[in-house]
Amino acid sequence: MAFPDRIERTVQVAQPPQKVWAALTTAEGLSAWFGDEAAIDLRPGGSARMQWASGATVQMRVERVEEASVFGFTWQIYGLPEDDPRRTYVEFTLEPAGTGTRLTVVESGFAQLPPDAYRKAYDMNTQGWAGELGELAAYLDAA
Amino acid sequence: MPPDSETVAEQVFTALADPSRRAILATLASAGPATATDLAGRLPITRQAIAKHLVLLAEAGLVTAEPGERRRVRYRLQSAPMQVAQQFLAALARDWDSPLGALADHLGQGG
Repeated sequence: MAFPDRIERTVQVAQPPQKVWAALTTAEGLSAWFGDEAAIDLRPGGSARMQWASGATVQMRVERVEEASVFGFTWQIYGLPEDDPRRTYVEFTLEPAGTGTRLTVVESGFAQLPPDAYRKAYDMNTQGWAGELGELAAYLDAA
Repeated sequence: MPPDSETVAEQVFTALADPSRRAILATLASAGPATATDLAGRLPITRQAIAKHLVLLAEAGLVTAEPGERRRVRYRLQSAPMQVAQQFLAALARDWDSPLGALADHLGQGG
């Protein structure tokens, strides 16, 4: 499948998982490297938010919290309208590697099908076309 | 059965690859629903060519035909397939390398 559903990156950092965990899951940590401002309610279902000096903001929902091991959240797919319910899932996995940490980030869900609204619209279109195209042909013939 | 995301995205990108179809879609996006005649008045494309493109775009679900004034068919841009194509672009546009580099820098500074 050519549709890119999943992005994965792994980096090696010199600090131990506890330090990396703090950088990923606290407002202070997130605002130091990711957003310019951040707020986070660190529990599954908790909300988090990052804001940039440009004015851009992103709302996140915390999904997985396993101290110093796994941090997962969902956020909106960049570029889609505000009211679009689709979200991608981002999961950070921290593994001790020597005195440092092997940090993996996976973002998935780009290829998910839109909700029912789209299916309905599509079905409606496919049913509606035959008649409408017939009218178009008649109009062009008459013109 | 609805098409999968890959098929929808392909249809959008195929449509956008042609300058005339791109102009038609851009006009429908900026000026709203229009008939083939309206579009021919706004674009340097013959009405016959526009009609042909509109049939292709309608078959792909990128525009829908609806009754317009004086029994003319009016075309409306469909946003749903565009949103599927945006998902594809979102994956290409998502940059994790910069934030991860910033994270490594931040941690390297004793954070």
